[in-house]
Amino acid sequence: MSDATQSRGNTGLSRRKVLECMTWAGTGVLWTVSGGVPRSLGIIDGALAAEPSKLSFMQISDSHVGFDKPANPNVIGTLEEALAKVKSLPAKPSFMIHTGDITHLSKPAEFDNAQSVISKAGLDVHYVPGEHDLLDEDAKLYRERYGKNAKGAGWYSFDANGVHFVGLVNVVNLKAGGLGNLGDEQLTWLADDLKGKSAETPVVVFAHIPLWTVYEKWGWGTDDGGRALELLKRFGSVTVLNGHIHQVMQKVEGNVAFHTAMATAFPQPAPGTAPSPGPMKVADDKLRSLLGITEVNFVRGQQRLALIDKPLQG
Amino acid sequence: MRRPVFTPIPAPIPGRLWLSAAAALLAGVLSGAVASHAVGSAQEASATIDNFTFAPAQLTVKTGTKVTWRNEDDIPHTVASSSRLFKSKALDTDDSFSFTFTAPGTYEYFCSLHPRMTGSVVVEP
Repeated sequence: MSDATQSRGNTGLSRRKVLECMTWAGTGVLWTVSGGVPRSLGIIDGALAAEPSKLSFMQISDSHVGFDKPANPNVIGTLEEALAKVKSLPAKPSFMIHTGDITHLSKPAEFDNAQSVISKAGLDVHYVPGEHDLLDEDAKLYRERYGKNAKGAGWYSFDANGVHFVGLVNVVNLKAGGLGNLGDEQLTWLADDLKGKSAETPVVVFAHIPLWTVYEKWGWGTDDGGRALELLKRFGSVTVLNGHIHQVMQKVEGNVAFHTAMATAFPQPAPGTAPSPGPMKVADDKLRSLLGITEVNFVRGQQRLALIDKPLQG
Repeated sequence: MRRPVFTPIPAPIPGRLWLSAAAALLAGVLSGAVASHAVGSAQEASATIDNFTFAPAQLTVKTGTKVTWRNEDDIPHTVASSSRLFKSKALDTDDSFSFTFTAPGTYEYFCSLHPRMTGSVVVEP
């Protein structure tokens, strides 16, 4: 797991290759924001260090603390490895975002255990909930810990280095037969939140379920995600970061770059390749190549964020 | 809530098979119960949740039947009435939820975590 090994393992993995290798699930994606649309640098460990980045942050997703099935009986262990990877970065990221499913069953001990590992990074962490984080009665535990200053079910925004970050919640009030859901109240808030922001402001939107439809049959999309994207249309650089599907998927549409991160807990199958989207059991020596994090870099003056997906093991 | 599965299972029967066998046995016991009870006493029926699917997708029962859903998937699910008549808590692997249908009609339900999962119970007089 040395960096040298990692780099060798990843050499030559073009972005197209990444798209082809959708069976990966992730450790983290390194994002670089640059004035416009985010851009993947591929999965090369050294890329971040080489960039004169103004802002870099980490995305971590789908820790599922409490999960203990064969697909990964030790999710705390792989979460620890993910955090070790964050700590070992040559340039310390400014903060982390966690795109949900921190826990598997929303139990107090699961939240505690997740917190004790994630805090080891020594970074601020901005969370949005996944459906697995709101399973306790009244969904109190998540809100008490992470949603105190958030609106509604837990949405909020903040600014860092001139980049506007919006954390959205698309895992509540789901309708029978439907996909993820933002709802009118949140969309009204979003319209208001973006009002007055100049079109040059780079915007990063993060939420648990993909805002774009990855695979409808498995519920991998958000019914009213298009309404959010409509509100973001006038911005020159929009980056949408999601989790939920436990594998890397990305596309660029106009000024909007979409990207999903690997999980730290267990991989899920590529769309349509299994009877259901449940946890995918892979050979033990392959698991860590499918789990990971994402590093994101922003360089002022460049249009795109740079995203680097970093598997636990190359 | 119960601890999730993966207690050691007696070899050589694979876990999945064992679960299915147990479910079949359970279903057998339940249907036996239905058959052996006289009219007016409690009737029971069962449905399973696996691979992000309710089975059977449509269940037909008599009024007064207690329906039990058992989650055999390795991901938690819920059983939530579309009309909000009933809603389970999150069911982990091997957890179950029951509801007794006291009036005829068609009752649609879904998993509130994975709403593409839908099913219905048709209650006959």
